[in-house]
Amino acid sequence: MAGLTLASPSAERRVYSPWRETWRRYSRHKLAVVSAFLLLILVLAVVAGPFVWRVKIDDIDIVAGMQGPSLAHPFGTDDLGQDILARMIYGGRISLAVGLAAMLVSVFVGTLIGALAGMSRGALGHGLMWLTDLFLSLPQLPLLLLLIYLFRDGLKAAFGPEGGIFILIVLVIGGLRWMPVARLVRAQFLSIREKEFVEAARALGASPVRQVVRHILPNALGPVIIAGTIDVAAAIIAESTLSFLGLGFPPDTPTWGRLLYDAKDFLDIGPHWALFPGGAIFIAVVAINFIGDGLRDALDARRVI
Amino acid sequence: MSQYVLRRLLIAIPSLLGISLVLFVVLALAPGDPFSELATNPNVPPEVAAALRAKFGLDDPIYLRYLHWLSAMAHGDWGFSFVSRMNVDALILQRLPATLYVIGSAQILALLIAIPVGVYAATKPYSLFDQIANVLAFVGFSLPTFFTGILFILIFSVTLDWLPFVYSSDIKATGIRWVLEMIRQAIMPVAVLGLFQAASMTRFVRSAMLDVIRLDYVTTARAKGLGQAKVIVKHVMRNAMIPVVTLIALQMPAVFGGAIVTEQIFRIPGIGSLLISSILSNDTPVVMAVTFVFGCLVVLFNLIADVLYGWLDPRISLR
Repeated sequence: MAGLTLASPSAERRVYSPWRETWRRYSRHKLAVVSAFLLLILVLAVVAGPFVWRVKIDDIDIVAGMQGPSLAHPFGTDDLGQDILARMIYGGRISLAVGLAAMLVSVFVGTLIGALAGMSRGALGHGLMWLTDLFLSLPQLPLLLLLIYLFRDGLKAAFGPEGGIFILIVLVIGGLRWMPVARLVRAQFLSIREKEFVEAARALGASPVRQVVRHILPNALGPVIIAGTIDVAAAIIAESTLSFLGLGFPPDTPTWGRLLYDAKDFLDIGPHWALFPGGAIFIAVVAINFIGDGLRDALDARRVI
Repeated sequence: MSQYVLRRLLIAIPSLLGISLVLFVVLALAPGDPFSELATNPNVPPEVAAALRAKFGLDDPIYLRYLHWLSAMAHGDWGFSFVSRMNVDALILQRLPATLYVIGSAQILALLIAIPVGVYAATKPYSLFDQIANVLAFVGFSLPTFFTGILFILIFSVTLDWLPFVYSSDIKATGIRWVLEMIRQAIMPVAVLGLFQAASMTRFVRSAMLDVIRLDYVTTARAKGLGQAKVIVKHVMRNAMIPVVTLIALQMPAVFGGAIVTEQIFRIPGIGSLLISSILSNDTPVVMAVTFVFGCLVVLFNLIADVLYGWLDPRISLR
């Protein structure tokens, strides 16, 4: 079987440091390298954009409304004559930040629940897995909409219109996406906790927390990083979907999904208005997905490439 | 087999209860009394409001309220829509066929694309076809449905003017014309949803096929002198479909999400657009009921997947 040949290292292959080896494996995936570059450009544009492109996002100029791309407005203008490039730079910050923050929430919750379920040998583990399965069979988008519908006003009052919605969307998207991470972490824990090096740590008197944090968790991180990467893309799509349905950020916060929502009734006279933000969502998501695929090649030690 | 199906049905009940519990807890934790729209109306005298609160059981402890709500749902008393002025169950039944028609057709389209492409790609791994299919699949599931929907409208309705972009529920035609018109207006929504589904399904099919195709019994089948087509279809595919069925069932929540978006874009009068419009108009009984129906549909599709699973792999139903 193929497994036998995999285990024997060839004599002439050079040994690289772990980081270099990871990069070597990652860089084999050409589309992943291109994607990482694209995403870097996108992030730079969104972060540094406002310092270079100094047009205000809410400069209303009805006369210059619904214009296609031009020198004054590279991405054109919307029905009120607001500059779409400036709005996209501003909204992109929020869209990407939501993706990143929601991923952190889902990875944190997923790792916590997966680790607890993977370490406990009794009813707690079963209970947590039942909970995970229950969450997996919840209808996500309807529930997202329901949660936002019910809690929107309360959080708006507490943290202001933009901050409140940001916290709500991040918590809700992250809180409904932790299940795959929990399953991955639990599966990793179940196999790693029986390995000799963990047994050695246990024999030396390491407390369960130390076993987890120092020995088990670092070895279980590979799949979590991959799942986390793909979660960023999923969270960006989820936020855009909410905004597209008119239930995400308030109208004066032009996230990419919100721009599409505003543009969708003007498709016949201003297609550029929908195409640029939609294209930005697509590029961000496809780049992140390809990076995840490249990381899978790079971090899965069993794959020989 | 029938025993297995029965057992699965019994397992589905706790899931339904779990979903209903989650929904109810969410509602109960929400600030304010979403059900008390009438009771807090200043035009309603306080004694009437108190009577209403008592009728809706708003002052009872939470577990009692949950049990009340659950038994009302089980009796078919789903409440009354403030906006549409009709019973919620009648409203949902009226909207459900459009949703099921679009989701079902999209699912069939996705299977028709994903199975042949995935199987062919797995028989020739890393070939040009496989690589192109892989990249297209990545692009396919990275394109959000709302953007593909807009692109389709731009291309096929605005530019080419081939297809209508507003779905109409009462077409003024009869007989074969009606059928053709129904198909024509469903092409874009079904394609948007189906292609999105097909993208991830193709990857499932391909990797499941690759897992099975290396096994020894496949080599045996080849050694017996069976032709390639027979080996792939009769020996590999049947086993490879087992994990695919599970993965497709796990995708169902995402499919309903996509259906809500497509219904909203193409203005299909289904339960997805009903959900959005009732959220925008604060029609709580409808919002709750539609979310619960989506939950039931997810459980139903999981049940169907389990039954298929038992049929594909008889060992499972014996256990």
